[in-house]
Amino acid sequence: METKNIMIVGVGGQGSLLASKLLGHLLLGQGYDVKVSEVHGMSQRGGSVVTYVRYGDRVHSPVIDKGEADFIVSFELLEAARWLSYLKPGGQIVTSTQRMDPMPVITGAAAYPENLVEKLRATGAKVDALDCLALAQEAGSGKAVNIVLMGRLSHYFDLPEEAWDASLEAIVPAKFLDLNRRAFALGKNA
Amino acid sequence: MKQLMLGNAAVARGLYEAGCAVASSYPGTPSTEITEEAAKYDEIYCEWAPNEKVAMETAFGASLAGKRSFCGMKHVGLNVSADPLFTVSYTGVNAGMVIAVADDPGMHSSQNEQDSRHYARSAKLPMLEPSDSAEARLFAMRAYEISEAFDCPVLLKMCTRIAHSQSVVETGERIEAPAKPYRKDIAKYVMMPGNAIRRHPVVEERTRKLAEFAETLDLNRVEPGRDRSTGILTSSTCYQYVKEVCGDRFPVLKLGMVWPLPERKIRAFAASVDSLTVVEELDGFLETYCRELGLTCTGKDRFPLLGEYSQNVVAEKLGLPVHTGRTLAAPIPPRPPVMCAGCPHRGLFHTLSKLKCTVLGDIGCYTLGAVAPLSAMEMTLCMGASVSAIHGFNKALGAESEHKTVAVIGDSTFMHSGMTGLANIAYNQSNSTVIILDNSITGMTGHQQNPTTGYNIKGDPAGKIDLESLCRAMGFRRVRVTDPYDLAATEQAVKEELAADEPSVIISRRPCALLKYVKHKAPLRVNAETCVGCKSCMRIGCPAISIQGGKARVDGTLCVGCGVCTQLCKFHAFESTEKEA
Repeated sequence: METKNIMIVGVGGQGSLLASKLLGHLLLGQGYDVKVSEVHGMSQRGGSVVTYVRYGDRVHSPVIDKGEADFIVSFELLEAARWLSYLKPGGQIVTSTQRMDPMPVITGAAAYPENLVEKLRATGAKVDALDCLALAQEAGSGKAVNIVLMGRLSHYFDLPEEAWDASLEAIVPAKFLDLNRRAFALGKNA
Repeated sequence: MKQLMLGNAAVARGLYEAGCAVASSYPGTPSTEITEEAAKYDEIYCEWAPNEKVAMETAFGASLAGKRSFCGMKHVGLNVSADPLFTVSYTGVNAGMVIAVADDPGMHSSQNEQDSRHYARSAKLPMLEPSDSAEARLFAMRAYEISEAFDCPVLLKMCTRIAHSQSVVETGERIEAPAKPYRKDIAKYVMMPGNAIRRHPVVEERTRKLAEFAETLDLNRVEPGRDRSTGILTSSTCYQYVKEVCGDRFPVLKLGMVWPLPERKIRAFAASVDSLTVVEELDGFLETYCRELGLTCTGKDRFPLLGEYSQNVVAEKLGLPVHTGRTLAAPIPPRPPVMCAGCPHRGLFHTLSKLKCTVLGDIGCYTLGAVAPLSAMEMTLCMGASVSAIHGFNKALGAESEHKTVAVIGDSTFMHSGMTGLANIAYNQSNSTVIILDNSITGMTGHQQNPTTGYNIKGDPAGKIDLESLCRAMGFRRVRVTDPYDLAATEQAVKEELAADEPSVIISRRPCALLKYVKHKAPLRVNAETCVGCKSCMRIGCPAISIQGGKARVDGTLCVGCGVCTQLCKFHAFESTEKEA
């Protein structure tokens, strides 16, 4: 099988590491070779962060390059737009509609682009946009946005629900499992 | 068991399985997790040393005593420990000693992108370079065998993409290392000229033997290809990019040991193909060696000297198809890292900015004080340089600068290499003002303990160095502590110490807002009736505050109620959301 590429993008501190951990566990369990690449350090301080998840028969490069991502999973609209050039022609964006202003927007040095979902679609990208923060809060915690997104992403995979659930159980601390199951289901059925 | 493992965790696993007993390191991205993960194995004694030189000397001491040892650091940390490195090459080791060094091409979290391979060549030490997590584990284990077989420490070179990528690792059991009782050997371990003169030829002979060893070493392997128009010499993450792009089209000589190099193997490989291409990030290290051998090759004439490579970079330079994607027509504002909401550094930098101080800075989260809108840092060089440089700055300019210049340095960086600079101020008497930003943790690298926090790497109680007593013991009479959340007190302290006619130390003390034990206040909110939209609160660059509809607005999910903005607002528009009891 040709290597498949999932990018998880967002703002430092939003929980993308847990999402990539879940995907890594899930895909390894399906018998794939898997590589997950992340950047620590400076970029965690509220900066733009990206995690690469790659799987297939044999994965070489740990990173995803421009025009290669089958999926971009985004915690924030501007970040989906920032990484658009990494999407493969025909690729799918799954994004939360949350907006977080970066410092240049806060200080007025730059403007946050309006109508980003429409602008993304105008490029020909397939965009699945939903208010993951509201769904996460409905599940019981705003911190579960990552799992809402994973639930939504599961739509596009031909994998049994039990496999996702088993990985969720393996990755998430037991006391938050019910909350995250609710978050996953809300994302999936949204 | 097969599992996904971070490259750094895989190194730690290799240390564990190889019977490593002592590990001493200083945190530095992208190397930190090696030692953090190693500390999870009870069989390995692990510690954070004050700096990399101390860590390497500690590891050497453990090796001398007969236990397999380890020290890990980022690339610039190897500069700090270069002194012991060059001479431990002469003494050799007793039990195996491994030194991990993690480069940061692309400078994700570093002040330069130096290429550590040069150290292997100039210190005359072998260097292994893994290309994924499985190799990271294996190479760490093999490094101990090579260390003991050739009587020298072995460098294990990581880079950001290997250190911070997870790939599949199959783990094994720990095997206790062979006993190596300590033996007194003055001629080998006391490097005074008479002895060192006799050790140098041993070093040269060892390099010759290691080069011979490299010829048949299984970590250096030729992978056949069907198209012999080009053969590719490569290692590390570049090997992965080459395989990604070319598959098995071109023959590849994949090096697992990048110093010393196998001359005959490289010559034979070059002779087996029409042309030789060297693919390596940063400097043309392998390429230079090939050219020394008189081989014709393509390398940095085509590939970049700067930054990280990727599959597209390699494809483009090899003349192969490159993937492209679409972009939005709208400009995308950048999202640079910022000081967190509630960061104790913010109040101090606001004060320094307000007082128009000249600020000589250092390495840590607080380097973000240089970023707009605070823009309150004018120099950052390397660990500890703020304290040494302010002394030179004030010696050069005298009274012209003494009363408006400050050095700022974090608690961990001060312990690392700020103390010696402070000793110079005390000894050679410049009227300098040093501000220690004591947030009670090593913040930037992700919360490691240090000698001022009172806890060790496992979070257990440990020795605690008292900064005030230390500075006083050095001879500073003016040592004072301020709370950076209190802007008036901070401003008064900075003004008074700058005005004083003797050197002083201000300890700006408040724990990092991200520490788990720090209790936050309820988030603030803006009273839209009283806010006039003057934007005074915007001067501190807090990510929780923005202007919407002409009024300030607080993001309640980010705000920790630190109250710095409250002190800037003349209209008392910030209110607590704390429920009345």
